[in-house]
Amino acid sequence: MTAPRLELRDLSKRFGSVIVADGLSLTVPPNQALGIVGPNGAGKSTLFAMISGELNPDRGTVLLDGVDVTRHRADVRAAHGIGRTFQIPRPFEGMTVFENVLVYATAAAGLRKAEAYRLAAATLERCGLGDVANRPAGALGLLNRKRLEVARALGSNPQLLLLDEVAGGLTDPEVALLVDLVNGLKAEGLTVVWIEHVVHALLASVDRLACLAGGRLVADGDPDDVLKDPSVRDLYLGHAGVLEEDLQ
Amino acid sequence: MTLLRIDAIDVHHGLLRAITGFSVAVDEGEVVSVIGANGAGKSTLMRAVAGSIPVSSGRVEVNGDDVTRLRAHQRIARGVALVPEGRKLFPSLTLEENLLTGAYRRRPGPWDLDTVYDMFGWMPDRRNQNSRLLSGGEQQAVAIGRALMSNPDILLIDELSLGLAPIVVKQIYASFQQIVVNGCAILFVEQDVSQALAIADEVVCLLEGRTMLAGRPADLDPSDVESAYFGATTGGH
Repeated sequence: MTAPRLELRDLSKRFGSVIVADGLSLTVPPNQALGIVGPNGAGKSTLFAMISGELNPDRGTVLLDGVDVTRHRADVRAAHGIGRTFQIPRPFEGMTVFENVLVYATAAAGLRKAEAYRLAAATLERCGLGDVANRPAGALGLLNRKRLEVARALGSNPQLLLLDEVAGGLTDPEVALLVDLVNGLKAEGLTVVWIEHVVHALLASVDRLACLAGGRLVADGDPDDVLKDPSVRDLYLGHAGVLEEDLQ
Repeated sequence: MTLLRIDAIDVHHGLLRAITGFSVAVDEGEVVSVIGANGAGKSTLMRAVAGSIPVSSGRVEVNGDDVTRLRAHQRIARGVALVPEGRKLFPSLTLEENLLTGAYRRRPGPWDLDTVYDMFGWMPDRRNQNSRLLSGGEQQAVAIGRALMSNPDILLIDELSLGLAPIVVKQIYASFQQIVVNGCAILFVEQDVSQALAIADEVVCLLEGRTMLAGRPADLDPSDVESAYFGATTGGH
């Protein structure tokens, strides 16, 4: 039997009195796209930090393809196949777009010159950044910055892609372009976990939706069912109007 | 009474003209939304009104006084407060200390720690937490609270809903009435056009630094909004 791409067992983490993960368990099979929503401070980005290795959980286990990576550093996990984006893109602004991705292809994916160049070039094409490959990253507009954030994560040649609010601040047509990109990656076999407040972007892309609150999963399953869940409406969406708009 | 009058301002980034001849008047109790695609000049406009970047020509008036050549901290004293894009909290300070930085040039008015804590009920329990340990959305809420702490006449909010859960966005929009009822006015940037049209008394649509469309939401034709937002030739994509 194939091991899940990602398995979290009983993860717990607190910052002082604030609990950000409270016995959290979650399994993501290969090639699934899982969306995660939740109120501000629910522990969503902290969850990504524990998966990618920037933060250690106080308790619990992180398994990638059945391998316990809980005590592995972030760079080791990147080499294991985890790529992640950050809420506020912070590319190396003075480097070109191509060089930004090349850094990941060499340092994270561990590729040598020609292979790294090939991966970086292919990744830029895949992300719609081929035309701006030689521009300084600091000169990019928001959509291309978001695309570059995804491209840098892909530069590590991941099996599991963690997207943290990549649709935030984009116009609807820009969100549609980003959804096309994510759907394309999914079609190529990548496993995706996507934290997002732009709910319609998730609904256009994910197979499954989970709602996190207070460091626990309050709902997990079919996206439409999760959005109809009364506890999700109370904690995340609010009542009148939002659900109907989001489900349209 | 007109609290903010912007008259034909141009704003440059080096040789690039980011805003061209922008004008708007925002009256007491009014909520005005600036919409437009990325790169349209919305954040530049907000920073120019706040005094973070200079205008090349034109005039900015607050409460009838010319503030065009005043610097940002002087404009705060005149009643202008900005919630900047990207939150920009002081990471070494606690949540409460960040709020108190907003009161450094506090003017008389209803907003203080108690009223901000009433608005964001989760904050009092976290008041002593270092702000770098707050989530992105929590930081956005603190940035809004910090701006209110100066008791502004004109509250400028850049990308209000960025990083916020839908329920919090609704709460903040619901609080707009509470904010403007005290004689304040709000000029805010919102990427979600339907949200902007639902909330604002007036909407101004920017495209490449120029006003393409302005008016009360009820008077605007959705197809005109779409054309103005994306440019007539792109049709939205």
